[in-house]
Amino acid sequence: MSTLLIIFYFLSAITIATAFLTIISKNPIHSAIYLVICFFSVAGHYLLFNAQFLAIVHIIVYSGAIMVLFLFTIMLMNLNKEGEPHKKWATKLAAVISFGLICFVMLAVFIKAMPVIAAYKQTGQDFQSIKVLGKVLLNEYMVPFEFASVLLLVAMIGTVLLSKKEKSVQ
Amino acid sequence: MDNILQEIGMENYIYLSVILFCIGVFGVLYRRNAIIMFMSIEIMLNAVNLLFVAFSTYHQDAQGQVFVFFSMAVAAAEVAVGLAILVSIFRNLNSIDIDNLKNLKG
Repeated sequence: MSTLLIIFYFLSAITIATAFLTIISKNPIHSAIYLVICFFSVAGHYLLFNAQFLAIVHIIVYSGAIMVLFLFTIMLMNLNKEGEPHKKWATKLAAVISFGLICFVMLAVFIKAMPVIAAYKQTGQDFQSIKVLGKVLLNEYMVPFEFASVLLLVAMIGTVLLSKKEKSVQ
Repeated sequence: MDNILQEIGMENYIYLSVILFCIGVFGVLYRRNAIIMFMSIEIMLNAVNLLFVAFSTYHQDAQGQVFVFFSMAVAAAEVAVGLAILVSIFRNLNSIDIDNLKNLKG
C-alpha cells in the first residue's frame, strides 16, 4: 500500500464517519461541528487531487460562509437543546431500510458498470492551477459566470426580503 | 505525482461519493429537524462535487472543476434562501419540525 492510498483511506474514513455523525447526533450544534470536519476532509480530498484553488474555495465557502449561516440560524432559533420529538419507529425503520436499499442498488450499479480502465491518461500539462482555471472560467464560461453573480444578487435580495420582520397584517 | 488516480483508482472515489450521497439521502429521510435536512442536502452536493473533481482529473480537463465552482455558488445561494425561509417558518410556527408543515395537505 502506498502512502497516498493510506491517506485516501484515512480521509475517507473521516468523511464518512463525520457525515454519519452529522445525521445521528441529537444536538444541532454538534451536527454543525461534525459537518465542518466533514467539509475539511473533502477539502483534503481536493488537495489530494492537486486542485489547490478548489480546496481553498471549498474551505472558504463551505466551512466559512455556509457553516456560519447554519450556526447563526441555530443560535437564532435557540435550538441548542435536544428537544426534538422522536419519529415513529416505523418511519425510522423505513428510512434505514431505504438507505440500505439505495446504497445497495447504487453500489451494485457502479460495480457492475465499472469500465475496465487499463491506463489513466497523463497529458502532463497543467489543467488545474488558478491560471488555467481563470482562463477557462472567463473565456468559455463567461456567460454562466455572469449569471452566477446575478443568482447571488437575487439570492441576497430574496433572503433580506424573506427574513425581514413583517408588519402584522390586519 | 502527476495523476493521483494511478495510485488510488477511479473506483475508490466513485464508491466514496456514492456512500456519501446515500448518507445524505438517509439524513433527509431519517431526521425531521429541517436544519439537519439542509445539512444532509449539503452532504449530497459535496458528494457530487467530489465526483466532478475526480472525473475532471480522470479526463485531465478543467471543465469539471469550473462546474464545481458554479455548483458551489448555487449551493451558497440555496442555503441562504433556505435558512431565511426556515427563520420565517420558525417565527410563525415556533418550531422547525417539518411534520408541522402540513397546511397544504388537503
